[in-house]
Amino acid sequence: MRTLEPLLFELSASGRSAVSLPACDVPEVPVEMMIPKHMLSQQELDSHLPELAEVDVVRHFTRLSTFNYGLDTGFYPLGSCTMKYNPKVNERLARLPGFTALHPYQPESMTQGALQLMAELQDDFCELTGMDGFTLQPAAGAHGEMTGMLIIKAYHEHRQDNKRTKVIVPDSAHGTNPATAAMVGYDIIQVPSNERGGVDLEALKKAVNDEVAALMLTNPNTVGLFDENILEITKVIHDVGGLLYYDGANTNAIMGIARPGDMGFDIVHLNLHKTFSTPHGGGGPGSGPVGVKEFLVPFLPKPMVIRQDDGTFTLEENLPLSIGRVRSFYANFSVLVKAYAYIRSLGGQGLKAASENAVLNANYLMSILKEHYFLPFERVCKHEFIITPKNLKSTGVHTLDIAKRILDYGYHPPTIYFPMIVEEAMMIEPTETESVETLDEFAQVLIRIAEEARSETDLVKNAPHTTLVTRLDEVSASRKPNLRWRNS
Amino acid sequence: MNPVDMKYNKDHEYAKVEGNIVTFGITDHAQESLGDVVFVELPDEGSMVTVGESYGTVESVKAVSDISASISGKIVEVNTLVLDAPDLLNSDPYGEGWLIKVAADDLAPLKNMMTAAEYETFLLEEEH
Repeated sequence: MRTLEPLLFELSASGRSAVSLPACDVPEVPVEMMIPKHMLSQQELDSHLPELAEVDVVRHFTRLSTFNYGLDTGFYPLGSCTMKYNPKVNERLARLPGFTALHPYQPESMTQGALQLMAELQDDFCELTGMDGFTLQPAAGAHGEMTGMLIIKAYHEHRQDNKRTKVIVPDSAHGTNPATAAMVGYDIIQVPSNERGGVDLEALKKAVNDEVAALMLTNPNTVGLFDENILEITKVIHDVGGLLYYDGANTNAIMGIARPGDMGFDIVHLNLHKTFSTPHGGGGPGSGPVGVKEFLVPFLPKPMVIRQDDGTFTLEENLPLSIGRVRSFYANFSVLVKAYAYIRSLGGQGLKAASENAVLNANYLMSILKEHYFLPFERVCKHEFIITPKNLKSTGVHTLDIAKRILDYGYHPPTIYFPMIVEEAMMIEPTETESVETLDEFAQVLIRIAEEARSETDLVKNAPHTTLVTRLDEVSASRKPNLRWRNS
Repeated sequence: MNPVDMKYNKDHEYAKVEGNIVTFGITDHAQESLGDVVFVELPDEGSMVTVGESYGTVESVKAVSDISASISGKIVEVNTLVLDAPDLLNSDPYGEGWLIKVAADDLAPLKNMMTAAEYETFLLEEEH
């Protein structure tokens, strides 16, 4: 087995260097003569910085890169994260010098191509979600949520409807939903789920009144199920004057099939790093564009990319009701290029097929695994589903143990212990980019682990065995974290 | 076994009454479901708690959970031991793993809580 990679500090050898500079051909001036003494560091830096040859550095980082696991190495069924394969053509287009060499302060006459891409992407998102206007500024999903909630707040305040202090969130919601609403200053009301995995409609009706600013909902929700009562839910909220916020984390299930705007939602965010195939999870920055219905367009962040009558594009700053800027410059622009490339590569029919295959793959895996694990909701799922090891309870094997054992078989584990409404949840999202062979192999691994839980319990409870680092002591890591290197 | 001299709620929290002093903690089932507890956050002695509202958090390797008060009143003692040794919630939830002691304004809300026998029935029902 490989040993852990030493730190650069440990690889350091005194006097070793990656470059040899030519002799200085100008008079040397002592640093004290150029910088006031009180501004100079008192530490002797040399003794703290590692000294290495180029080959040491290259080998160190190349070795570290082989310890990584990503979509380019294997199946990554992390529920609610939509870890789909990111086509390399996206990267290639995002690296075109016409995009990468742009400076954000260049005049609009020189940036028409970039502005056109943004305007067309806004149009695409409007069509896909049933919204009337979009901002591309938010740099991540939670950032998009906050932008959306600020728009809701600005809308109610503009109408001088200041009694609305509450936001309703179902108990299956992503944790960012209540966190965002609280951050924007709202009180949170949690509504329970029903036995079908949807919002408990009666509980919702009891919770609403004219103090409700909005309901935040994911549909399909975090248990991978489409809420059958969605039209009634949106009506209940609208009837008391509240707005409907759609968390777009699970949009991968519905592209070209259902639109939040048609379900009654007023605001939507999309996660480009999930649905639109841009890298995430350490692989790249996120992007969380926000779309709104016509009556909320004046509140969108500025500047807005506008298509003018003569066919040119401009950044509009004169928007008096706008909530203002939510990001420096315009967006995580290269992420937008990748999403644009993805949408143009697939086209409308292709996006629809992607969603259909994502749902088909999830149902295929679910139908195999439900014979071997407990399935809390016996329904056709959307892009993801939940199973639990409740049927293995007598063995003492928990979800955590199964997740660790999956590592031994060379896969990334699914999302575990979320959503919290299902005890010992394992949330599996295969995405559309996996073949039936991959799904079959993964299913066989989970079936085998269920057998091992019964016959070789300790093997599962002490997993992983084949990884570089075996079972981590998470308790010590949390209680006594050792976060920095010190020269001892 | 859940002690018979305590009351229980559906969030798997217990309340033990001695005079007008009520001790709060989490149940054995709660610590079992949470897994290894790594961090406990509690308010200061002398602060007030309100029935049904969160007064602190318990964090395990699996999740962070709010803990809520079963009655209103003033905190007369905080178990500072669990702040340094949160594993006491796992090893001895009904003993050394208690969380806070509250001087109750009114003991009436305890009437809505379950007895040990009722709580055990509730646990069985929750299984199915």
